Amino acid sequence: MENLEDLKSEILNKINAVTDLKGLDDIRVSVLGKKGQITDMMKSLGALPLEEKIALGKGLNILKSEVENAIEAQKKILEDKALNEKLATETIDVTLPVRPETQGRIHPVSKIYEEVVAIFGEMGFDVANGPDIEDQFHNFNALNMPANHPARQMQDTFYLNNDPTQPFDMDTAYVIRTHTSGMQIRTMEKQQPPIRIIAPGRTYRSDYDATHTPMFHQVEGLVIDKNITMAHLKGCLYDFMKAFFELDELPVRYRPSYFPFTEPSAEMDIGCLKTKTELKIGAGTDWLEVLGCGMVHPNVLRAGGINPDEYQGFAFGLGIDRLAMLKYGIPDLRTFFESDVRWLKHYGFTPLDFSSMTGGLSNNGGLAR
Amino acid sequence: MKFTLSWLKEHLDTNATLNEISDTLTRIGLEVEEVINPASQLGGFISAKIDSVEKHPDADHLHVLCVNDGTHKYQVVCGAPNVREGLIGIFAPEGTLIPLFNERLKKTTIRGVESCGMMCAVDEIGIGSSHDAIIELPSDTPIGKPAADVLNIDPVIEVSITPNRAECLGVRGIARDLAAAGLGTLKPLNIQKSEGKFANPIKIGVECPTECPVYTGRYIKGVNNKVKSPKWMTDRLNAIGIHSISPLVDITNYLNYDLARPLHVFDADKLTGNLTVRMAHNGEKFKALNDKEYDLTDYCLGICDDEGVQCLGGIMGGMEKGCSEDTTNVLLECALFKPECIAKTGRHLQIDSDSRYRYERWVDPKSNIIGSDYATQLILSICGGTASDLTIVGSENIEPQVAYLRPERLETFIGMPVSADKSMEILRKLGFEVSLENGKIKAVSPSWRGDIECEQDLIEEVVRMIGLDEIPAISLPNNTFPKEVLSAEQHNAMIVKHELASRGMYETVTWSFADSDIAQYFRCGHDAIMVQNPIVKELDEMRPSILPNLLTAVKNNIARGYPNVAIFEVAPVFTGRNPGEQHIDASGVRAGSTAKKDWSGSAREYDVFDAKADAIAAIAAAKGPFENPQITPDAQSYYHPGRSGTIRLGKNVLAYFGEIHPSILKKLDIKSRVVAFEVNLNNIPLPRQSSGKARKKLELSQLQAIDKDLAFVVDKTVSAAAIIAAAKNADRNLITDVRIFDVYEGSNLPEGKKSVAISLTFQPAEQTFTDKDIENLMNKVIVEVGKKTGGELR
Repeated sequence: MENLEDLKSEILNKINAVTDLKGLDDIRVSVLGKKGQITDMMKSLGALPLEEKIALGKGLNILKSEVENAIEAQKKILEDKALNEKLATETIDVTLPVRPETQGRIHPVSKIYEEVVAIFGEMGFDVANGPDIEDQFHNFNALNMPANHPARQMQDTFYLNNDPTQPFDMDTAYVIRTHTSGMQIRTMEKQQPPIRIIAPGRTYRSDYDATHTPMFHQVEGLVIDKNITMAHLKGCLYDFMKAFFELDELPVRYRPSYFPFTEPSAEMDIGCLKTKTELKIGAGTDWLEVLGCGMVHPNVLRAGGINPDEYQGFAFGLGIDRLAMLKYGIPDLRTFFESDVRWLKHYGFTPLDFSSMTGGLSNNGGLAR
Repeated sequence: MKFTLSWLKEHLDTNATLNEISDTLTRIGLEVEEVINPASQLGGFISAKIDSVEKHPDADHLHVLCVNDGTHKYQVVCGAPNVREGLIGIFAPEGTLIPLFNERLKKTTIRGVESCGMMCAVDEIGIGSSHDAIIELPSDTPIGKPAADVLNIDPVIEVSITPNRAECLGVRGIARDLAAAGLGTLKPLNIQKSEGKFANPIKIGVECPTECPVYTGRYIKGVNNKVKSPKWMTDRLNAIGIHSISPLVDITNYLNYDLARPLHVFDADKLTGNLTVRMAHNGEKFKALNDKEYDLTDYCLGICDDEGVQCLGGIMGGMEKGCSEDTTNVLLECALFKPECIAKTGRHLQIDSDSRYRYERWVDPKSNIIGSDYATQLILSICGGTASDLTIVGSENIEPQVAYLRPERLETFIGMPVSADKSMEILRKLGFEVSLENGKIKAVSPSWRGDIECEQDLIEEVVRMIGLDEIPAISLPNNTFPKEVLSAEQHNAMIVKHELASRGMYETVTWSFADSDIAQYFRCGHDAIMVQNPIVKELDEMRPSILPNLLTAVKNNIARGYPNVAIFEVAPVFTGRNPGEQHIDASGVRAGSTAKKDWSGSAREYDVFDAKADAIAAIAAAKGPFENPQITPDAQSYYHPGRSGTIRLGKNVLAYFGEIHPSILKKLDIKSRVVAFEVNLNNIPLPRQSSGKARKKLELSQLQAIDKDLAFVVDKTVSAAAIIAAAKNADRNLITDVRIFDVYEGSNLPEGKKSVAISLTFQPAEQTFTDKDIENLMNKVIVEVGKKTGGELR
């Protein structure tokens, strides 16, 4: 039995000393293989007397199991070591940047459109669309602006010859709509009150300087019912402005103004603080004009086929581009239309930035990448 | 409309401050755009006297002054030529902020002599531009007083006058409105009736009393137009940006802005025969003061002598019979022309003038005689001369407008009650004749108001005087549950934008106009829709496609050093000139590479399949049929003929995609490849109202699907789509997917052939496939592809 102890320590020493899996397997074969040391000894048991056979057999079985365990344990150690060595060679510099990908952008004009729709939608407004090329009836005459009305001169109108085979006639030509107010008429032609619509869209005037572009975006609003008063106009627009600028309080004031299609007419200012470097909406001593509005002129209701003795209401028009500039601090209107990819990336919104009154008006797309 | 404070006070007796006046103007609807008050930057400047003048010991053109402000004496070195002992001027002591330099004045030493302050020229204190001399004040000016007090500086106020308030295009109208708002009292006009000393030698006839209801003319002989206009008048005109020309011109300009009263003065010696007011003949020529010649039509109103039209009535005088420096006898015109006539003529001939601006809005029909008298008074006092009788053709007795206001309407219209008494008081102060008639307020407009036609107009007058801010703000009544507000089309357009942005493209917004030089290649057989009066040549056509603008944007971005561009726009394009002949396109372009080169090597150039993928994604986002689109290689001519396609649904084109034709890129000087797509969102069918939200039931097979590959040699002209369709057709139930995984054209294939390798997915239906089943399926595919495309197994 002492031989077995010696053998055991000899084998275990060898196992513990081996440094690679191949060597370990060689040991396994030399000890436990078909012709291995322990196998041979077990084979030779048969020749021994019974008692010796039992005693030595038991010892050999224990030895075999101990050796097997030792090999397994060493195998695990060596495998771990080999894996670690392999992994060490596979090291990658994870500080390398990720593969290039471009996150797209939504233009501020679309973003403001969605915000405006979300807010007025909550107040029960529908969204109307109309043609960019308009006849003068819808763009002017029906809006209480007959051909020689001086207000037509306020709007530098683009004209389109309605019949290219004939000489141009300014009085019958089509115009490229100077406002989306024509949608008031197109809506009334289709629908009797109650009416609550906004009509967002492109508008065009022949004007090009630091604060004017020949195309810009407007939202026209129209509310007609039996008991709509100027107090509702003020309430509706105040609710809108507060929601749009995401402020709990917002100082506003109204100044009497003039639009042919409303009477009385007014312009709405919101309170702000202007400094050389920033514009803060909602505080301060300065005023910013944000929209024009008024009670719909009876002549306009009549032109739309609505009886002004029965129905009344208000209309307003606000500039989408201007709202974008004010809310998101975009300094120059002209840059909206220049398609400069640097500008689009900087002032644009992430693809997931949808707007909702209950889910959040802005900042829904996470940070821009 | 600009005016100065002193000019306003000529008409308004008030103690109100400049700020009070400015705030009130805005509150009552005369929006103040700017107040320029030079006095606001005169802090520190004081009046002072030069006690003594000595020559500078070391400089010929400099003097050393002793300046006295009443309490201190200062040594000042000064280079002005007009220095003299006893001169009283404006002195800036050390430390004063000089507006011209926006810097504080420091004590200096000039050529060895200390100078403690500065005697100022007008430019240095910001009240003029001259630097020739230091300011000289009258000798009785007190010294040591703030400069603003002794200089008599007149602040300039600019208000924006809406078209309905024509009377406020004169200072008097503004004064009247302020008086009505309680800011002072309107002073009476001090105009004497001019007594004629002789009969007007020029006969005046009016042939068109509808367009010219009143015409007055007065002959003034012996005037001297070489004298200078008085300082008070030129100061006021200068302050509002009108340069003095000659007394006769200055007087007409002054009355335009003082009383909103246009006038015209003819050189009577240049007139031939008598004066006739008549409509022009078609084709009649008129050379206006602006040196332009106009072709007149029969709606233009002319003031004519025997030689033709000498003045375009109410719009602009003529070149030939106007006043010059040598004019001695004049005919003064003060007349009423109808707004419609003036507006039409002015609009068609595109002439702008102060006169037209006033006439087409409203000129007080009762101001012809008074205007003539006032102008005569000014001409006689400034230029001398003798006035004739006033010839008046027509009558000033024009029926005033009447409107009624039901007092209770204020509450039901503006949401706030206003008593009848209060309303009547307001209207009365504004010059209306007010009375109660059957409980209604009857308001007769004053002659200077032409804009009051209905009850709402009167409500506006009451409201603007009460103040709009007094009206309460009440939220709109809302009894309905919020609903989806966008129509299906509007919703599609929005979702398509987000889809394309999520594909890494930037949304842009470009003009609805395009440059016809570029747009001509994109019209696809439509007529050009040209803008009659484009603002610039590059924006002269209503765009037939968004692509011309996007390509221009690509070009500009490349020029800025950004060659990789992926942008899109969802917006209208125009197919005809009539309202509504337009549709919404979702169009995009990609130029350059997916990214700049980087370590991963993943950047690649954009190709036609990017544009195709964009188009399909946009169609899918708009809920269109994207899965089995009919794609044919026949896009519009502005695409590469071999690298473009059309996606159709039946006859309708849903989209074009492809590489932009190189010849178009060449015209735009774009050197890189550009791929593009155009999806016509209006051609995508909207989902049926009845279709529910529930998904089709998902059927999942428990049996394993297997993939098998086959390669075919086909003619190069055979499309991939044909091979896929044929393979799918081999067994519509068991073959669930066919993919192309390799396309090879090379030397070891026969001429004109290519090899296309497809991968098929076989999905067993009832039991697992046996080898035999699979072999049968493969054979069916080989036979079908061979039959449909002539392909042979490679």
